Amino acid sequence: MRIIFLIIGLFAATIANAQETIVSELSQDGVSITATFDGSEIFLFGAIKRDAPLNLSAGKLDVIIEVSGPPTNTLVRQKERKIIIWVNAESVEMERAPSYYSIAATGPLEELVSESERSLRNLGLDYAVRVANPEDEEFREAVIRLHQKNGTYATEVTPVTLTEETLFTTKLAMPVNVVEGEYTVKTMLVRDRQVISTSISTITVRKTGVEKWLYDLAHEQAFIYGLLSLAVALLAGWTASEAFRRIRG
Amino acid sequence: MQIYLPIAEMSVNIFLLIGLGGMVGILSGMFGVGGGFLMTPLLFFIGIPPAVAVATEANQIVASSFSGVLAHVKKRTVDFKMGTVLLMGGLLGAAVGVQVFKYLKEIGQVDLLITLSYVVFLGMIGGLMFIESLGAIRRSKNPAPPKKVKRHTWIHGLPLKMRFRTSNLYISAIPPFVVGALVGVLAAIMGVGGGFIMVPAMIYILGMPTKVVIGTSLFQIIFVTAFTTMMHATQNYTVDAVLALLLLLGGVIGAQIGTRIGVKMKAEQLRILLAIMVLGVCLKLGLDLVLTPSELFSIGAGGH
Repeated sequence: MRIIFLIIGLFAATIANAQETIVSELSQDGVSITATFDGSEIFLFGAIKRDAPLNLSAGKLDVIIEVSGPPTNTLVRQKERKIIIWVNAESVEMERAPSYYSIAATGPLEELVSESERSLRNLGLDYAVRVANPEDEEFREAVIRLHQKNGTYATEVTPVTLTEETLFTTKLAMPVNVVEGEYTVKTMLVRDRQVISTSISTITVRKTGVEKWLYDLAHEQAFIYGLLSLAVALLAGWTASEAFRRIRG
Repeated sequence: MQIYLPIAEMSVNIFLLIGLGGMVGILSGMFGVGGGFLMTPLLFFIGIPPAVAVATEANQIVASSFSGVLAHVKKRTVDFKMGTVLLMGGLLGAAVGVQVFKYLKEIGQVDLLITLSYVVFLGMIGGLMFIESLGAIRRSKNPAPPKKVKRHTWIHGLPLKMRFRTSNLYISAIPPFVVGALVGVLAAIMGVGGGFIMVPAMIYILGMPTKVVIGTSLFQIIFVTAFTTMMHATQNYTVDAVLALLLLLGGVIGAQIGTRIGVKMKAEQLRILLAIMVLGVCLKLGLDLVLTPSELFSIGAGGH
């Protein structure tokens, strides 16, 4: 008897939870930083998979896409006036702050999901960037402000088009100053202010070609890189002097 | 057209960089200065991180001074012996300078050090040049007999005397060593060749003949900036070869145009122009230190 109840219970739970699942795909899963890299735009498209026909009586359906760049420990410094000049004084280390952050959604974040859900999932800048000590709130705000200023944190929610409560699409813009690493793209399906399904994919940002070669050489074979820089400089200096000697002569 | 700089990790307009190189090149050709002390602050102004600007500029100066010294070697206006003494001091100074730079970078004060050094030195040099060239212009209007140069100074009382044949001097090796060391420190911290300090020091303190001063200082600058480039490349990883190459491209062309403009102008006028420019850059950097910044916070490099 208990087993039957358990089976019925499980079945009911499956219907309630797995009724709608979200599937998504990116137009490209990598971004290459080349010499002419000028930012990149990635299309994200997806659909909502249903076991049963769309229940019209259910609440409004929404989609939220969170893109966050590789987390880094960020050191924030505050300037202070010492005698007459402004110098870096206090500093706070922000642990695991995302190096990039943007939200694409079918509406404003606060209206789509409950506060508890956002806190649970670190959703939105106010939850994604945290400080250990509440006294450092000023520093936290500064990190967000500075990132927003150079484009690595989006200031506005990117619109997502949701068609027939089934298909959705959006454009994710990667700014020119993205850092290398794995970017997590979390696509969430929301109904009645609760996330009911999530799909995760990653975008890999890498330097390629000459950029990668030079960067790796500079960091791993610094001595050879230094010699190479000098060789280029000496060659350029000699070429210039020879060229102009001929022009004059 | 944008180009991504691999070490500075930012995208900059390629024509802006060539243009900057060209502009500073014209000025350095006109005034016969290296131009590092103008280029480095200009790189700060366009947003290149100061640590990268300083190290990259050192690399660029290697090229421009090498190009310059070749002509002087042919004319036999390089005092190699004096250059070597200056160089030994320079290497020591640069080694110390890079260590100071590295330490201050770690505690987040390197930008302050660089800016302060610029304000102090540009202010001093610009001010002196301005007063001196105003005086020269006044003198040229009503000529007075030139002052006698004092032949015997305290320099001649120092030990370790050496004979410098090309400069026709018999002086102690200590003053040139100290001058070289001071210039070496500046090269490492400010990303300059240091000619603007060394040339007056060679003339007024060491008493070298003017004709060998430029060639000898260029000779020292090549090695000191090459050494600085290597130190920055291996310890701070801040030499951006792509940035250096683009600045060079504009620089060599600009220098040739500048030399031609310079020939047509009077020396005093040139010097007063340069003095005004140096004081302008100094004022801008100084104001940035003193005025309340619009943003008090900055993101530094944290441990990844």
